[in-house]
Amino acid sequence: MINKIVQSMADAMAGIKDGSTVLIGGFGAVGQPDQLIEALIEQGAKDLTCVANNAGTGRVGLARLMELGRVRKIICSFPRSAGSVVFEELYRAGKIELEIVPQGTMAERMRAAGAGVPAFFTATSVGTILAHGKEEREFNGRRYVMEHALKGDVALVEAWEGDRWGNLTYRSSGRNFNPVMAMAADLTIAQVSHIRELGELVPENVHTPGIFVNRVIHVDRGPAWA
Amino acid sequence: MQGFDRKGMAARLAQDIPEGWIVNLGIGIPTMVGDYVPLDREVIFHSENGILGMGPAPAADKVDPWLVNAGKQPVTLRPGGSYCHHADSFAMIRGGHIDLCVLGAFEVAANGDIANWATSENDTAPAVGGAMDLGAGAKRLWVIMEHTTKDGRPKLVEQCGYPLTTPAAVKRVYTNLGVFEVVPGKGFVVVDLAPGLTLEQVQSVTGAPLHTQ
Repeated sequence: MINKIVQSMADAMAGIKDGSTVLIGGFGAVGQPDQLIEALIEQGAKDLTCVANNAGTGRVGLARLMELGRVRKIICSFPRSAGSVVFEELYRAGKIELEIVPQGTMAERMRAAGAGVPAFFTATSVGTILAHGKEEREFNGRRYVMEHALKGDVALVEAWEGDRWGNLTYRSSGRNFNPVMAMAADLTIAQVSHIRELGELVPENVHTPGIFVNRVIHVDRGPAWA
Repeated sequence: MQGFDRKGMAARLAQDIPEGWIVNLGIGIPTMVGDYVPLDREVIFHSENGILGMGPAPAADKVDPWLVNAGKQPVTLRPGGSYCHHADSFAMIRGGHIDLCVLGAFEVAANGDIANWATSENDTAPAVGGAMDLGAGAKRLWVIMEHTTKDGRPKLVEQCGYPLTTPAAVKRVYTNLGVFEVVPGKGFVVVDLAPGLTLEQVQSVTGAPLHTQ
């Protein structure tokens, strides 16, 4: 029997190695797998490269992971936002490396990794400092820059429902980066608000087919998110 | 020189959005534009975090924490609205499916260059978000911003001093002092000025020539 549902966070985090690239879903707090990030803090892997749209807020979650010195590099589109204090402290002190990527390029780089596309051309960032050092080509009279696929060793994603085959659905704007990150990593771990029986999810409405998911764990996010 | 306040600027821009357009509004004053498009004019608002058919902010007791806009503020979904993931949402942008994007800016140049994400080459941790995707991918880019900086320097300029977001992308600029079309080979052309202002007054706080139609 295929059963991707795990019962403990220790089982969910098993095998994550030092030096891993970790894709972390979410757009701000929405769709962000907070409990998995806490479990990664607990698990102890270090020298991580984290890929997330934002660079953490306050001193919890991703910010806490960074504050503990466990993140070598962050790849994101919007590092500075209200409350990104830890990132700013570490960045000023030269203790964290930053790769800034336009948001659409970031999503597409992970989609490409999941789809077996090693690189692609996009008009985004042409003529700007973010295109420096990148190969450019002209197609149909317009210039494009080459961007490489962005693959993760691990993806931490948040979904609304999941079943034992790893099929996932997402809740409204909580979908955001989660499906592309789920596709792009060797080990995809999903925290879900609801575990469903196999066959219970409407097949037409599965957002991430189980092929992209390795482990599913139930979490209770509290009444506000129920 | 006063001209429009922020609400007036947003309302002025909203007048020019026709029924049927799919529109992405940036963070800040651009977000306010949505409040001035009457609900009976069917304009579909897109938010880059995966919402097509976004509605206005909910009442305080109707907030759904799962549903936020690109500025992470609570919003609603209109009937007919849908959700998608980030790569599909940016395919809508980068694939040229968005009729109009409205962004704020630090500077707009007479050739349509926009700078709105970093305040110097040395600003090594600026936040680009989706601005470069929107600048390069939307069918039209309009900018809404104050005409000058807080200390009175022009924001409509010959050439941007700040790092570019997208070259030659802006089609129109809405400021507190008026509306300006960016015409290739010519520069800023006045569409109209805020009530009570003269061309000479507005030109005196603009860093590039203003042309009349």
